[in-house]
Amino acid sequence: MQAQTEYGYNSKVEGDVVLTTVDAALAWFRKNSVWPMPMGLACCAIELMAVGASRFDISRFGSEVMRFSPRQADCMIVAGTVTYKSAGFLKRIYDQMPEPKWVIAMGACASTGGMYRSYAVLQGVDKIVPVDVYIGGCPPRPEAVLDALIKIQEKIGKQPILQGTVAAKLLHLEEK
Amino acid sequence: MSALESANKIKAKFGALIAEPTEFRGEISLDISDAEQIFEVCNFAKRQLGFDYLVDISSVDHYGEDPRWTVIYHLRGVASGEELRLKTDVSEEKSELPSVLPVWRTANWHEREIYDMMGIRFSGHPDLRRILMWEGYPYHPLRKDFPLAGKSSDLPGVAFTNPAPLEGGPFVTLPSSGDAISREPRVRTPEE
Repeated sequence: MQAQTEYGYNSKVEGDVVLTTVDAALAWFRKNSVWPMPMGLACCAIELMAVGASRFDISRFGSEVMRFSPRQADCMIVAGTVTYKSAGFLKRIYDQMPEPKWVIAMGACASTGGMYRSYAVLQGVDKIVPVDVYIGGCPPRPEAVLDALIKIQEKIGKQPILQGTVAAKLLHLEEK
Repeated sequence: MSALESANKIKAKFGALIAEPTEFRGEISLDISDAEQIFEVCNFAKRQLGFDYLVDISSVDHYGEDPRWTVIYHLRGVASGEELRLKTDVSEEKSELPSVLPVWRTANWHEREIYDMMGIRFSGHPDLRRILMWEGYPYHPLRKDFPLAGKSSDLPGVAFTNPAPLEGGPFVTLPSSGDAISREPRVRTPEE
């Protein structure tokens, strides 16, 4: 009996192989499992709950794992009015989130202070944390939150992960 | 016993200290001329007259007048259902009156709120800290001479407070019997 070895074309694996780069694959993994940190401060948080519930279902986009600990989350959704008094601990929670991290400013208040032009309200959460996507509305429709999530996913998908890192050199992904 | 009878009992007990009770839409108000006596009056109202519930303490800023402050106590007897309002004036130089916390424990947070928003102090309060704004905030924002947009405060840690952009505001509603368009909030200068 002679052992038969097939080289080259293998019909058994056709259709199950995708050629890509390591970076693109990692970005694809990452962008489809964004774990949000619901920073619910006002009525926008109620709409955020609707986004998580069955009708709108944020899990269709891989983000159903709402984490109430900043250490386990990578996308803070600032849902509501940020007062100066709460701005301090919002920044502290943001600082506790591990890198890489993104921020969605949900609604008029989180984006600009909204209708609260007063001594007590921070005029936009972007004054203390870097915001990636702003959502208009008071409060925004759940579809708008999902749209913001898709925009965040597009942004994450374009960000290089291994490029320029030590791991890339070890894996010989880059020219030395 | 009606609220008016209770008010007359307070007047009989404290005499010249208390003005004649005034009635407005079925509610009784009592003016107390000496703010230092507010504790005794409140203590009497609770122990003898059954006003066991302090609904609220509020304060009014009569900016430009003397005395500048009015502190108002809203009392209610839970069993009798009667309500009584006590008012007392406090001058700006003094800005202090006795705490009624030993009478009603709920006065704790009400007095802290007035201290925070108006800057009126309550002597004998065990924990007179700000309750809404943060520790170290330098202003009392509900005073009439404090702008709605706020002032910048440059304290370490909270150095980012700046006046809010009002875009021509503040927007003022006109109380009138006109239609919704004439009543709605618009930019109105004080001369109007």
